[in-house]
Amino acid sequence: MDIHILYYLIISTIMLFCGIYGFFTRKNLLALLISVELMLNATNINFAVFNRYLFPDALEGHFFTLFGIAIAAAETAVAIAIIINVYRNLKQILTDDITDLRG
Amino acid sequence: MTSILSLSAEISLTVIIIVLLLADLILKEPNHKKLQGLACILMLIQLIVNIQPADAEAFGGMFRTTPMISVVKTILTAGTLIVFLQAGEWLKREDTRFKAGEFYILTLSTLLGMFFMISAGNFLLFYIGLELASIPLACLVALDKYRHHSAEAGAKYILNAMFSSAIMLYGLSMLYGTSGSMYFDDIASVITGTPLQVLAMVFFFAGLGFKLSLVPFHMWTPDTYQGAPTTVAAYLSVISKGAAAFALMSILIKVFAPMTAEWELLLCVIIVVTITVANLIAIRQSDLKRFMAYSSISQAGYIMLAVLAGTTQGMASLVYYVIIYIVANLAVFGVINLIEQHTDGKVERDDYNGLYKTNPKLSLIMTLALFSLAGIPPFAGFFSKFFVFAAAFNSGFYLVVFLALINTIISLYYYLLIVKAMYINPNDNPIGYFKSGTLSRIGLGICLAGVVALGIISCVYQFLNDTAIL
Repeated sequence: MDIHILYYLIISTIMLFCGIYGFFTRKNLLALLISVELMLNATNINFAVFNRYLFPDALEGHFFTLFGIAIAAAETAVAIAIIINVYRNLKQILTDDITDLRG
Repeated sequence: MTSILSLSAEISLTVIIIVLLLADLILKEPNHKKLQGLACILMLIQLIVNIQPADAEAFGGMFRTTPMISVVKTILTAGTLIVFLQAGEWLKREDTRFKAGEFYILTLSTLLGMFFMISAGNFLLFYIGLELASIPLACLVALDKYRHHSAEAGAKYILNAMFSSAIMLYGLSMLYGTSGSMYFDDIASVITGTPLQVLAMVFFFAGLGFKLSLVPFHMWTPDTYQGAPTTVAAYLSVISKGAAAFALMSILIKVFAPMTAEWELLLCVIIVVTITVANLIAIRQSDLKRFMAYSSISQAGYIMLAVLAGTTQGMASLVYYVIIYIVANLAVFGVINLIEQHTDGKVERDDYNGLYKTNPKLSLIMTLALFSLAGIPPFAGFFSKFFVFAAAFNSGFYLVVFLALINTIISLYYYLLIVKAMYINPNDNPIGYFKSGTLSRIGLGICLAGVVALGIISCVYQFLNDTAIL
């Protein structure tokens, strides 16, 4: 039995908005990163589901998902490297305390 | 012409990256001077080899290039060359010397990403280009590893970049769901402007609005510019912004043509808010790098006026604006960079008091570039602003143009504050005289020539106007 497309889209929308909520409320840089990952994965689900249900003849959505995963991994690698650098310099990674740049 | 050779600009740029990578490995430390020379020469070759405008596509329409796109690529290459000329003073510092090779390779990677971004005929290639342009930039922003401002700026940049690209991707997924294709041409022929597609357009706009630092998405800009190495901030403010503006204009006009009424309204609001907010905050800034960040936000608002026009005249004036903006902004950042490197990090406006007495040439360059940014008549900035306003006016956006004009006057005030500091404010202990390197002087000379001459030489705009197609 096929699950209706709507359920997938509801899941992905919830994931997206959880990510946005987390991005604005969390204080830890790593938690911010996790929130963004959640958002990126929501879009990946969207692409795969649209392709599978609405346009099964072509593979564009699946390809987009694959590239999306790869690029998200690259972004995460760079982001974690930078966060480690922040930690080395400041000895903590909470956004409330990283406030040297403001004006 | 459909062949792999239509990617000639990208292929030659990739070759340059590989050559620089090998040179960085082979040349003995300290190799920063040789690398800078090599990078500048290679960029000059790249500029000459690809100066001929091409009209072609490859990979079944996924990649395309028109004469206008070729011209934009040439402009971006020239801008990057100027940035490389100015980079030497920063890279010769003891703690960055060994990273010179990385700087050139990462910068050229972002340039390659921008080339793909503006040449894309498909959202997949566009997205890859966008990310290729923003991920290495995050590394560049955080390149001054042992200064924690740089790391903080890098963290802010990469997290905001990821957030906005996630929003943009969600918009693209909606667009895919309603149209079934990722090719610009196919999407344009299918979409009709349903509410879901309008939402997709707004989400997409957020992604590029981040790169352009338009106002609701501008939070990262001042922090990143202040924390990043000055050379990187210069690159970020002109090259990255110019490429994003061009890509945004061609996609809005080509793909979202059925929703013109919607995105025109969106742009009207964003332009007015961007210019006004950025101008009002810029007045309060005393740190020059932060100040230039707000200045660049308001300049992005003016660039968006050309997008709003949505005509070939708008396209020509956008590219013209980007050229003038590149030379003027790189001149200002060049001077800021020189003073920062020669005085151990002085970037406050008060530090510039009395600069004219000790460094008259630098003061003159800075003054002319600031006049150009403000749009004072004999200099190029006046003409670029004039053409942008004319394009938007011809398309019937009288109110937005009027509000932008008022903001030009406000901006004149804060640009002149720096000029006043250099020439009028008394200072018993001004920054001492110093002699800058040859390449930096060449870079500043090019910028100065551009600021003075580009507006008067009318064939530049004429050429762009003839090449511009939507």
